[in-house]
Amino acid sequence: MRDRVWIFAGLAFFVAALTCPAWYAVANGKASNKSKPPNLELPANQKECVAPAGTMRAAHMQMLIQWREDVVRHGDRRFVAFNGKVYEKSLTRTCLGCHNKEQFCDRCHAYSGVSDPYCWNCHNDPQTVAGSRTRSTP
Amino acid sequence: MNALYSLLAVLALVLAGFACGQGAPARMVLATFVPYAAFAALLIGFCWRVARWAFVPVPFHIPVTCGQQKSLVWIRFAKIDNPSTRWGVVSRMAAEILLFRSLFRNNRARLSGGRLILGESASLWLCSLAFHWTLLLIMLRHLRLFLEPVPAFVNALERLDGYFQIGVPPLYFSDVILVSAMTFLLFRRFRDPALRYLSLFSDYFALFLLLAIAVTGILMRYFTRVDILSVKQFALGLAAFRPGASQALSALFLCHLLLVCALAAYLPFSKLMHMSGVFLSPTRNLANNSRSQRHINPWNAPVKTHAYVEWEEEFRDKMQAAGIPLEIENETEDAGNARTN
Ligand code: HEM
Repeated sequence: MRDRVWIFAGLAFFVAALTCPAWYAVANGKASNKSKPPNLELPANQKECVAPAGTMRAAHMQMLIQWREDVVRHGDRRFVAFNGKVYEKSLTRTCLGCHNKEQFCDRCHAYSGVSDPYCWNCHNDPQTVAGSRTRSTP
Repeated sequence: MNALYSLLAVLALVLAGFACGQGAPARMVLATFVPYAAFAALLIGFCWRVARWAFVPVPFHIPVTCGQQKSLVWIRFAKIDNPSTRWGVVSRMAAEILLFRSLFRNNRARLSGGRLILGESASLWLCSLAFHWTLLLIMLRHLRLFLEPVPAFVNALERLDGYFQIGVPPLYFSDVILVSAMTFLLFRRFRDPALRYLSLFSDYFALFLLLAIAVTGILMRYFTRVDILSVKQFALGLAAFRPGASQALSALFLCHLLLVCALAAYLPFSKLMHMSGVFLSPTRNLANNSRSQRHINPWNAPVKTHAYVEWEEEFRDKMQAAGIPLEIENETEDAGNARTN
């Protein structure tokens, strides 16, 4: 008898935990806006990436690690894209030559809950280091 | 046979998931109707079962204990394994729920040279503990797909889980531990003939279903890859009651989703309800104080009794006349002092 209070309190807690995404959306206001994707700044100077957008979205991290492997271990910097174009395998020069780290990489990583990848342990962001390209640009 | 049937059932679900991933109408049904139906089944079924349990009377005080009971002051007693207070019960339940205390007692009996040997067998305890904790961790990590902005603790769990930064995307240790522990739990049922005989369809089904969920998730993360951006939009849409399936959601993702929905809908009707049942076990959640406190069954029907004292009172004259010795010799001298031996 006396325990029913505890049982129903526990049940209420469980239901609240299970439905937390809905409450969270309401609590953060504008539940309608929240399912919009983050505002990702696209490069102004280029229309096309080194692979189709779908591939880049799903698998850019695997491509980057492959590039690192090729460049650091095999000294191979030539990347032939799906459309035959040739790019340099370089995060700082090729990727960040067009994309803005803060308004592109970081925004989407924050949105999808990806902790800062360790790329930035070595690479710097050319747009925040005010034109200086003195440190590691492999 | 049970194992085979449940494997076939899970494979059928996997195939259904892939098949639904192909056509647009099926995708819509799978991405909009099925998750809500499964979630409703989970919520309503779960509440219904717990509410029914809440109204089941527990007339008897029946803790099952595993240690020395509290008695005389100079006898040391097991505070947690044989609790006598409410706090003792809370610690005992915590040990049971967080550490699987009673499973730790699991041991193995075998015959060796005609002698019975009882041995420790911690593998079941270890693997189920590993399995349950990593399952919790994985579910908490999945919140990154459902919450915007992502809470800091979810990010912290992710970093912890991928601590060694093996590969890209980083390998989660919880994935490795979960799959290995579940493989052990599955083979444990296959290996021992007695256990195989005892295992039901539902035992295998739960294991195969969870394994299939884990395997599709792992394939999606480390091998085929999936567009997390559209997954998150889809998940947030579900949470905000504005569902929609983007074309970018792969068939493998829909398969993962269908399996999770099957699990959710199946849970309230299965042995997986032990997740709430463990809190409600009267053999665990009662203090063992029935020697120091009287527990009266509140539903006891009134029983008409006629004790010896009353009986003697009734026949006092006749007994005295017949010279039969009386418990209470003289009514006037020691009235109400019933002597008991
Ligand atoms: C009982 C529930 C679930 C279990 C046990 C489960 C299990 C898993 C596992 C083991 C992985 C491998 C990677 C990781 O550990 O994060 C995974 C990945 C994934 N799951 Fe689940 N899952 C569940 C529910 C869901 C739901 C409801 C969704 C979708 C809305 C979902 C979407 C995903 C996605 C998108 C990935 C890939 C993550 C990535 O690529 O980083 N899962 N799942």
